[in-house]
This record gives sequence, C-alpha cells and structure tokens, in this order.
Amino acid sequence: MSLRLNRLLLYLPLIVITLFFLLPLYVVVVTSFKSFDEVSLQRMWQLPSGINFDNFRLAWEQLAPHLWNSIKLVVPAALLSSALGSLNGFVLAKWKFPGADIVFPALLFGMFIPYQAVLIPLVQFMRTIDLYGGLPGLILTHVIYGIPITTLTFRNFYAAIPSELIEAARIDGAGMLQTYWNILLPISIPAFVVVLIWQFTAAWNDFLFAVVLTNPSNWPITVALNNMAGSQIIQWNVQMAGAFLAALPTLLVYIFLGRYFLRGMLAGALKG
Amino acid sequence: MRIKRDALLGFLMVLPSIIAIGIFVYGFIGWTGRVSLSNWVGLLPNYEWAGLKNYTNLLFNDPRFMVDIRNTVIFTVLFVLGCLILGLFLAVLLDQGLRGEAFFRSLFLFPMAISFIVTGVVWRWLMNPAQGSRISGLNLLFDRIGLDSLINSWHATPTWGIAAIAIPAIWQMSGYTMALYLGGLRAIPDDLREAARVDGASEVEIYRHVILPLLRPVTLSAMIILGHISLKVFDLIIAVAGKQLALDVPAIYMWTTTFDGQFYGRGAAIAMLLLLSVAILVIPYLYYTIRTEAEL
Repeated sequence: MSLRLNRLLLYLPLIVITLFFLLPLYVVVVTSFKSFDEVSLQRMWQLPSGINFDNFRLAWEQLAPHLWNSIKLVVPAALLSSALGSLNGFVLAKWKFPGADIVFPALLFGMFIPYQAVLIPLVQFMRTIDLYGGLPGLILTHVIYGIPITTLTFRNFYAAIPSELIEAARIDGAGMLQTYWNILLPISIPAFVVVLIWQFTAAWNDFLFAVVLTNPSNWPITVALNNMAGSQIIQWNVQMAGAFLAALPTLLVYIFLGRYFLRGMLAGALKG
Repeated sequence: MRIKRDALLGFLMVLPSIIAIGIFVYGFIGWTGRVSLSNWVGLLPNYEWAGLKNYTNLLFNDPRFMVDIRNTVIFTVLFVLGCLILGLFLAVLLDQGLRGEAFFRSLFLFPMAISFIVTGVVWRWLMNPAQGSRISGLNLLFDRIGLDSLINSWHATPTWGIAAIAIPAIWQMSGYTMALYLGGLRAIPDDLREAARVDGASEVEIYRHVILPLLRPVTLSAMIILGHISLKVFDLIIAVAGKQLALDVPAIYMWTTTFDGQFYGRGAAIAMLLLLSVAILVIPYLYYTIRTEAEL
C-alpha cells in the first residue's frame, strides 16, 4: 500500500515539471489561434473562443519567403555534409591511413569552437569569392562546419561494423570505393537518417552564420523571426504565430523521427 | 604495395575535408588572431601591428567587458547547475519504471528540436517585465494564482537580469542533460543495485552511495558540453532582450563591436579570448575521450 502511494507521489514533481515544459507551448498555441479582437496581453492565458487563422495569415505573409529560404538552404547543406561525413567516417574507421588518429580529433575540434573566432575571415573570404549576402555562401558555410559532427557520427557507426566484412571484400580484390559503395553504403541508412535529421535541425536553427552572411532578402527564418520580434509594429500575437511556423518543421521531424533525433544528439556528446 | 596504395586512397578521400577544416577552422582562427593584433577599425582591412593593445584594453580598461565576464559567470553557474540538477532529477524519476515514461521523455526533449531564437521570442513574452495595470506573461499568471511574491522584473532586474535568461536556457537544455543521465543510468548493471539491496541498503542509500558515484563521468561530460554552450550563449539573449548592455556577453560584444561598430581588432580579440576559454574546457575532454576509446 505505502509502496503504491510512494509511486503515485513520484508523479507529483513530474507533473509540475511537465507544466513548466508545456507553458510556452500553451501560450504559443493559444495565442496563435485567437482572433484579433481577443488578443490582449491581459488575456494571454485564456483559451480562444474559436479557431482563427488571422495571426497565422499575417505571420505567413511576413515569413513565407524566409521559410522558403530556409528550405533552399537546409536541404543541400544537410545532404552535402552528410555525404562528406559518410566518406570521412568510413576512411577514419575502416580504411585508416598513417596519421588518421591525429586527423580525427583535429577535425572534431571544429565542432566546439565559438564561431565568432572565424566570423571576420569568413565574411572577408565570402566577399572575395563573391558569395557574400546570398544563400550559396551560407550553404557552403554549413557544409564545412558540419563536417566534424557528421564525420564523428558516421565514424562511430562504421566502427561498430565488424572489420572481417571489410577484410573479406579486400581479399576478394574490392578497392576502397567498391568496398564503401557495395558493403558499407547499403547498411548506412540508419546513420544517414540520424545525420540528415541532425544537420537539418542544426542548419534550420542557426542564427549566427545567417545574420552575418546573408542580406535581408536571403534571410532564413530564424533571422526574419528575430527581426519581427524586435520590431515595434508587429503585434506579439503575430510573433507567436511566427514562432509556431518557424518551429514547426523541426518539431514535425522530432515527433515523427524522434528516435533518430535523440541518437544524433547523443553523438554530439562523443558517446556514439 | 597494396597497403600503401590503400592508405593513399583513404587519405585522398578525406583530403577535401582536411583542407576545408584546415582553412575554415585553423586558418581562419589564425587570421582572426592576426586581426586581434592589429589596429583595424572601419570597413577597410588594416593589418598595422598593434601588439597586445586590444587584449590589454579589454582586460584592464573596458567596463563593458567586465560586465560581460560577470554576466557569463552568473549565467554559466545558474545554467549548468540548473540543467544538471533538473536533468538528474528527471532521469532518476524516469528510471523508476513509471507508466508513460516514453511520453515524458519525449516531452522533456522536444525543446532540443527548436532554435534558441524561437525559444527566446516566446519567453520574451512570458518574461514580460511589465507590472501593475500592464502586467502580463508569467507575472500575470502568478498574480492570478496568488503567487504574488514571485512577480518580478525578470531580465529587466538591475544587475541580476542575466539570471532570468538562464530560465529559458534551462528549459531548452535540461532534457538533453536528462538524456545523458538516462544513458548513464541504463549502463549501470542491475546486479549492483541488487547486491546493495541484499546488503540492506535503502533505495535512497543506493542512489547516494552506488549510483551517483557511478554517474560522475556523465556529470563531467554534461558539465563540459553545457559549459561550452554557456560560454557561447548568443542568440537566446538576442531573441529575449535584443542588444542590451545590461545583458551583454562576449559573444554579443564581439558581434556588435565588429559588425555594427567596425572595431575589427577589438572584435577579433574578444573572439580569441572566447575561443581560449572554450579550448581550455574542450581540449582536455577531447583528448581524454579519444584516449579512453583507443584503450577499449
């Protein structure tokens, strides 16, 4: 009896913390669906009287081009950095060259640096090669600074695959690319899902690179949303709907592919 | 012969990435270092040698940088401790085999999928400092449910405003900390708990004397990961409060002084100091993790 009571008591803190986590979500959803007549800061916590899309319409008008920019940016960035990561990971786990054990940590360090330490040269460099202001320069940036984490995740994934498999292929005379293509690539799909999701989320959520490297017409959603929030003219309720729109793509990925998302996240902690 | 050719092929395959990281990480850091030793002010690059002037100015002669260091320390302590305590607490709770565990786990992790900008824009309204007739956000909620004593000015509080920023940051990252701890807890063999139980230890004692000591490596990893995130905190503050001097941190100072103020030399020096603080935290961790992995 007391044991059961104890277990019920465990739910108490759990529910309090759940409320803490749901609070922002509640306000966003409730506010987003209110009509303009109902919106006031004093009635922030009240439920809307009906479902209304005024806020979304206005937020969409403002943000749609930037959502589109984000998509155009994130898809190539995620695909390219995953492809590079997979090749690197394969070599660093199963096709080592002398010095590979120095190259790997040297690559990894790139994922921890504060990007402020590369911003000034990055802007100068992009100006020189004429990629400053647009999306291609930002894509290139995400691909390159994505290399460390994608390499890490793939390397850990390939390291767990028995070396006998690669040795057997070698003995049969398969070269490096053949081994990669015929043996490792077909079983890499789970790792690709993990890495693609992770890179998609990271690039979608980036603010620093985007705000420094793109001009307003090419702003991705994070920069546009922040700009909207800083404006005095845009109502807070429209901002909430905007936040909802900006969060939706990555949230959907999380809801439907959460298992893979979690694996990518833990890979970042070097615990593959 | 064959082995040599294989090694060469492998190297060639990684070479593009080595070159890219070599230039974009190490080359650019060197370049930033060079800028930090220059008098570059204004739009046109100027590499005239300035020695350590930018550094000495920041460290000994710049009240704003002192505010930044102070803010970073306050934020880091609160953020890291908050995430560790909440994360461990949640992990232990969810390790009790409660019903709905998977649901709660997903719920506590969902903020990880969202950008600091979205989080910041939402918390900006939750932490609205207005009081009296214009009261709103959490203050309004506290007012309605009779917790008036909790009403406060959040990030607009003089001197301690930065502490309020730790709240959305903990909201965002404590689920991640929980996931790290859950991984650690699941790796502890059941035999150990069983043995302690047979020896007559209570559940609380098992946690204190058996499980928590075994979780120390997880705590260390979590501290380093959270710590380096905290040193780099940038977009969350911008989204909650804009560029306010009272909530300034090195990452924001670098950004505004370089790209708004054109003080490139000073911006580069801030960036290098930021990098140094992160490197001190991360390099031993990288070294240690890779070495233990090699021993396995």
